[in-house]
Amino acid sequence: RDFNERCAQCSEVNWGLTDGGRYYCRSCHNVTERTREVVNTDFMTNSRVQTISKGLRQQENNDRGCEWYICEGFQLVLKKQAEALEALGVCPQMKDEVLCSFWRCYLQKSKQAYCNRPAGETVKALSVCESSTDVDSDPERPSVLHLLSLSESEGELQTDCSFASSMSKVSESTSVYSGSVDGSLYLMKNQKERLRMTMPMTLSFCYMALLWLREPITLSELLRFVVEGHIPYLNVFQHFPEKMKLCGLDLKIFCVESWPVYEEVHKTMLELAAFLDLPRFPDITDSCFLHPDMLCIKYLMEANLPDELHNWTCRVVKKIGIGEVDFLTLVPGNKSTRKVKYDILAAAVIVVVLKLLFLLDDHYEWLLSDFAEERNKNNKEGGLYFEFKKWYEVVKRSLDVEQKKLDEERAKYVWRCEKPLFYSVKNKSKVLKRRQMVVNLQNQFGKLSGSVQRAEKPNPSSFQLSWSEENTDGSCFHGHSLKGILQEKCGLLTAMNPDYWLCTVKLCNEKLCGHLAHYREVDFPQSYHFVLRLFSFLLRIQPSYIHDEVCMIEHKLFNKKLYKKLKYNTVLRK
Amino acid sequence: SSHEHKLNFRKSKEACLSYIQDAMLQKQWKRAAEFLTFYVESLEKDYSREHVGPSEMIWRIGTEVLCHRSHSSMKEFSCFMEQMKTLGVKRYLKVCLEHVFHLLCNGQIDEAYQNLSLAESWRYGEQTAIQDREMKLVQAYRGLLDYYSWSKQKNILLEHGLDGFADLSVEQEMHSCFRKAATNLKEIIKIPGVWDLFVKCYVDMLEFYGDPNEARQVLNEYAYNSRFPANPNAHVYLYQFLKRQGESKKSLISALKILHDIAPSHELMIELNTMLQKSKKRKKRRLGLEVIFAVLDYAGWKENVKAWSCLARQVKQILISEKHLDWIKQEWNSRRDWWPAFHFSRYLAKRNWQENKSLSYEKALVAGILLGKDCKYFKYVSHQGCKAQMKRFRMLKKFVNRHNSVYLRISG
Repeated sequence: RDFNERCAQCSEVNWGLTDGGRYYCRSCHNVTERTREVVNTDFMTNSRVQTISKGLRQQENNDRGCEWYICEGFQLVLKKQAEALEALGVCPQMKDEVLCSFWRCYLQKSKQAYCNRPAGETVKALSVCESSTDVDSDPERPSVLHLLSLSESEGELQTDCSFASSMSKVSESTSVYSGSVDGSLYLMKNQKERLRMTMPMTLSFCYMALLWLREPITLSELLRFVVEGHIPYLNVFQHFPEKMKLCGLDLKIFCVESWPVYEEVHKTMLELAAFLDLPRFPDITDSCFLHPDMLCIKYLMEANLPDELHNWTCRVVKKIGIGEVDFLTLVPGNKSTRKVKYDILAAAVIVVVLKLLFLLDDHYEWLLSDFAEERNKNNKEGGLYFEFKKWYEVVKRSLDVEQKKLDEERAKYVWRCEKPLFYSVKNKSKVLKRRQMVVNLQNQFGKLSGSVQRAEKPNPSSFQLSWSEENTDGSCFHGHSLKGILQEKCGLLTAMNPDYWLCTVKLCNEKLCGHLAHYREVDFPQSYHFVLRLFSFLLRIQPSYIHDEVCMIEHKLFNKKLYKKLKYNTVLRK
Repeated sequence: SSHEHKLNFRKSKEACLSYIQDAMLQKQWKRAAEFLTFYVESLEKDYSREHVGPSEMIWRIGTEVLCHRSHSSMKEFSCFMEQMKTLGVKRYLKVCLEHVFHLLCNGQIDEAYQNLSLAESWRYGEQTAIQDREMKLVQAYRGLLDYYSWSKQKNILLEHGLDGFADLSVEQEMHSCFRKAATNLKEIIKIPGVWDLFVKCYVDMLEFYGDPNEARQVLNEYAYNSRFPANPNAHVYLYQFLKRQGESKKSLISALKILHDIAPSHELMIELNTMLQKSKKRKKRRLGLEVIFAVLDYAGWKENVKAWSCLARQVKQILISEKHLDWIKQEWNSRRDWWPAFHFSRYLAKRNWQENKSLSYEKALVAGILLGKDCKYFKYVSHQGCKAQMKRFRMLKKFVNRHNSVYLRISG
């Protein structure tokens, strides 16, 4: 009764229920696999729900595979991603409970399943057997070329020119426009209403689930694992079952040709959380991994900075209140609060601390370093004082090496996989021939260069740079002391450095121009740029994002002084 | 914008390409091959809007890499080229031609010939018409190889012919080669272009078969038709032909005159000057002086004894006749500022004397006349020469001393 699908055999909408709970068409007695289920979760209001069964409908059409819907495809993707995360050590609840629930909620809210189909909306899908006359006679149906040209935020699949030319002969052919039932419909619908699912959004789902469970994976790490291949994303359609044929417009939906961007995934996650009407997320307390105090420990270690700096990061965090539960915990839909990016925040805190202690104006830090060096030469007892210069040399060397490796990795990235993709049956043979040629050429030149087929992807690790105290060459600075740059005043340890320079005196309006400040390397000291570069590498984001957070923190930190001394220049005395 | 850093397929392949480029510029062929392996998958994407697509990139880069990796065999190369031929129908003939060039460079003449014949028989709808020029080239090169066969057979015949054993079949084959070659070569040299090799071969055959008129016409067209790009070699070939035919000095000179305009440092300028010097016409002798001065403006001739002796002879001649000193003056005017440092420095005097006495003799003569007996060059060389008791240097000294006042008139 609530099922408004057209019957595959007779195109009628006239369903009844069998004893087994399956829908059957009253007109032609075609029995489907669809069953009626009721699912109860925390987030959905009590409503009668329908569900697309987890299995695929067994409608075999010659050997064209079965009929499948786009959201089924995405469901598979999410399942694979969750499994990969589980393999990485995430708790199993993520997959079985949290992600699943989020997904079902999404399907319901976006009216793709678990709901009554709104009246008047019929699935006018370009299915496999669509005859050519329909295409001409229905003026409302947009041309396929138009659909292809809709700009996508994820992939930038160029129109295969052979496809374009074959489409011009649409009236003659009955070629497949999409392997899925609703591929074209999917691209056509207005996104705003129902937050259309995209590949980057699968990562938003994952991150949202991870955040809900407060798992110790930051968004930058998640995205890094994706790029390194530990989480299915690129060419994920390889995991689709044989019967789910992917072609035509499906490619535009499922094939990505670019790496997910932090900003985009994060923003989508927030939109998604609001769309799903989720309540306040579980609290991020100071024992959580995502709390700045904890993340700072990790990043300090990775940046090869002294452990003693942690005291300072905690002080800054406390002073400006960014360690408060209410600040850190996500409340979806609340537009007034600035949404926290935990990893960038922690990195920015460290940068601010470095500025507090070392000034980083390309002079003072080297001066301090010289003093420390002198002291270290003359006095070997009582542990080494931290020397900025030495640290800089050691870290820069490693950073340059790793950056170079990363750049080469990016240039050598293999985007295509063995499973070939074709827009339509027509260009299948061409695609296969091309693939064969590519494989041949790869073999030929691979032999010439002596390189074996791409080495196994490295084991996923949380730390990209590691420093061991056991190294006798003194390249590990974790245990070094900050004594040389601190002094006691009124029983409190303060920095010897009396000055501080603000990255920017006035913050921009983020909503208008997208950033709090505009970072240009030439405008800032090289030491500052180096530090940004370091964290930019670790988090795999542009330095400007860290810079934005640094500005935000500084303005919170020097709030009072700024109001008082706004007319003075940027150098303040503490 | 937040998407600057976005790494996508396109950017990744662009980066890959720049790594390949760097490696190639530094001749790191193994590394270039390594990155090329990762670049080739861009063939699976459509780049029809790009000016130079990946298939062309791969063809050009792959060719370079395979050439330079010494342990890649010709067989591998041919295999690669065959794949490239299927990649882009618009480039088919170009790829064929390149393949042929490589085979020729590798001495595989027969394979090259086969490939050319195959290419000649290629037809592909409207592409055949579009690639007409490339087709003509293909035919021209086949003609060239036919010429090569012809030439070999001709030599065989000439050798045996002397013995009186003329092999009829060889002769017939030779003629057939000639016909094939002539047809194709004739076609391509009709199209404006630089066809030195084809022209030479064609003319060679024509001369052999006793058709100098056709040859002359071809060479004249090649040299004088304004539609053809300016080409010094065209004039050289014409000149050489005329010389072989025993033409008059007048026509020889007129053929070479143009070469003086477009390539004043050409080696044939010596011959031109020699002919002009001997001419009875005043204008021609004047031109001769201009020609030889122009030749010595070029660093490549600085140490050429013949050139200096031509100049010396003519200058001496003018001095003795006491006529046309103004010619020397005119030529010297634009050179007096820089020739002394360029040719007649003390350092050069020493070096020339050490390395080549004849050179220093000729140069000293010229220096002495143009700059006077007190100039560095003349002084040093003549002093050395007299010290070494060489007769001609003593004579030289006397001569220059006698005519010393001349240089004043010249430089004035």
